[in-house]
Amino acid sequence: MTEVRAPETATPPSPPVPSAPVRLGTRSLPRWAPLGAYAAGAAAAGALLLVTGFSLAGWVVLTALVGTVLLVGASRAVEGARKATDRLVTVLVTGAFLVALLPLVSVTYTVVSRGAARFDAQFFTYSMRGVVGEGGGAYHAIVGTLIITALATLISVPVGLLTAVYLVEYGRGQLARAIRFLIDVMSGIPSIVAGLFAFALFTLFLGPGARLGIMGAVALSVLMIPLVVRSTEEMLKLVPNELREASYALGVPKWLTIVRVVLRTAVAGIATGVTLAVARVIGETAPLLVTVGTTTSVNLNPFEGRMASLPTFSYFSFTQPGANPQFAVERAWTAALTLVILVMLFNLLARVISKVFSPKAR
Amino acid sequence: MSSTAPPPTRIGGARARQGDRVFRGTATAAGTAILLILAGVTAFLVAESIPALTAPAEEVPGGEGFARYVGPLLFGTVLAAIIALLVGAPLGVGIALYLSHFAPRRLAYGLGYVIDLLAAVPSIVFGLWGIFTLGPALVPIYVWLEANAGWIPFFAGPASATGRTILTAGLVLAAMILPVVTAISREIFSQTPRLHQEAALALGATRWEMIRYAVIPYGRSGVVSAAMLGLGRALGETMAVALVLSASGGVGLNLISSSNPGTIPANIALNFPEATGLAVNTLIATGLVLFVLTFAVNFAARAIVNRRAEFSGAN
Repeated sequence: MTEVRAPETATPPSPPVPSAPVRLGTRSLPRWAPLGAYAAGAAAAGALLLVTGFSLAGWVVLTALVGTVLLVGASRAVEGARKATDRLVTVLVTGAFLVALLPLVSVTYTVVSRGAARFDAQFFTYSMRGVVGEGGGAYHAIVGTLIITALATLISVPVGLLTAVYLVEYGRGQLARAIRFLIDVMSGIPSIVAGLFAFALFTLFLGPGARLGIMGAVALSVLMIPLVVRSTEEMLKLVPNELREASYALGVPKWLTIVRVVLRTAVAGIATGVTLAVARVIGETAPLLVTVGTTTSVNLNPFEGRMASLPTFSYFSFTQPGANPQFAVERAWTAALTLVILVMLFNLLARVISKVFSPKAR
Repeated sequence: MSSTAPPPTRIGGARARQGDRVFRGTATAAGTAILLILAGVTAFLVAESIPALTAPAEEVPGGEGFARYVGPLLFGTVLAAIIALLVGAPLGVGIALYLSHFAPRRLAYGLGYVIDLLAAVPSIVFGLWGIFTLGPALVPIYVWLEANAGWIPFFAGPASATGRTILTAGLVLAAMILPVVTAISREIFSQTPRLHQEAALALGATRWEMIRYAVIPYGRSGVVSAAMLGLGRALGETMAVALVLSASGGVGLNLISSSNPGTIPANIALNFPEATGLAVNTLIATGLVLFVLTFAVNFAARAIVNRRAEFSGAN
């Protein structure tokens, strides 16, 4: 009691220096309380299950239940009802996130473990021509997927890019508003309906039974155009108006300004958006199923005859496995794994593009 | 006005104006093409559906006319989508809240990316996963439900031995719509004005009370439309359901038995490759029904979002 904080007041008897920081309001649980509650929950659940028979899933679920009850109960007793509700919500919300990880982890594990069996050189270099039972590969399907997706990109990028330019640079009034709204609605078209559209379109000209690679590309474009428009539109909106005005001030016509200044500035973002759109449509199965069909041999011409693609290859390998189902199912899983890897590669590529080509402030 | 003033000099002059006109025309044409494509989708689907809609009842597959054909499928589609919505929407909103308000700030971005990964998994992979992993894993739960909750019509049983039921399909769909619901809800939650949140906290609200009185009222319409977009996605999802669900055409609320109603998109995918003649038209007509249904759902969802953008009271 040698130090006195307020030397000018000597009248009140100086209170003992508090050992803990001053508390405002109610008491609260220590910081380790959640950890402790769940540790206790885990122990209790383990003890209970040792009596009835152990299972990992049951243990995790019981731990979560008992731990939550302990934590919320303790909080209610010590901190009051409001804090307890807050803790309960925190638990629920965190739990929602952890539950969502379950399918992701499980899907990844299943695909990798089952797909690894046939993930060999033969799978990537052989087609299914004349293959019965063991062996064979998905070379024709990989090539087909790449050709169809490339064609879809060729159709969607110009249309999508120009539409976005129209919406950002030119579009005013009713037409622009209608287009913007319908783009949103279009992004919700079920993929199978896009496939049926392409089928109906080509059937009118070529007669029933037509199955072509280009039909699949058209179907995929219907799904891809809205994705390209949305991402490009966002990117064009980010280009500062000062750049446009500076260009106009130098007497550059509007169209050259758009091509040389606006699109140039936004090119990294646009490329990222397009790559992500490719990643989205490359895994589509349903539209290809109704428009392109499948085949067992390599077909490089999208304007003639059926083409194989990875998703339909996987689907038919599973649903129509033929004589030795075991081998076909293995191929189906490896095709699924290849597809996942392709999608991930495109996602990764998109990130690299946005990192490397984004305009740097110098 | 005897002499007209010389026109203002333009750099590029006529050529520039020509270029402008061409470029503007091309861009407008591309925008209009979108309208044409949507109109085309409708027109071609209608054109190919008419033979099925006008055909005598006994020629339509099933032999009882188109309405009888599409009815059970429509029921199955809506049932599976509703299961997906009941599971996926609350989870998605919870995850969005976790990412926007609960997760450690430094991790939130990365964790959000993890959820987006779910959207990157092709639907065929979800389908195979549903058959080989999720279905068998759910069988013991279905058996238990039948034994202990069999008095509820949903769980009347007999429990499916493969787990390929409409409930499994709905759960797979729930996993597939999670990223959509999460992404949109999260976007909306993170737009809640900071001042509203800080004001709530300054009044002594706990984090949950702050969310309840500041974040959720602000984001309500956004969450509704996020759920509806998820519903649209679930209604139209094809391959996962086509693989997971073993459909037998029955109409009923029994979620765990092996007699399940099919869904429109899955039915198209399963039957289209082998269909000929009027069967093709019938399938396209069911596709038209699906298109109208999803269009209506998406239309409503977007209308809600757009109305909110115009009148959000916070800015």
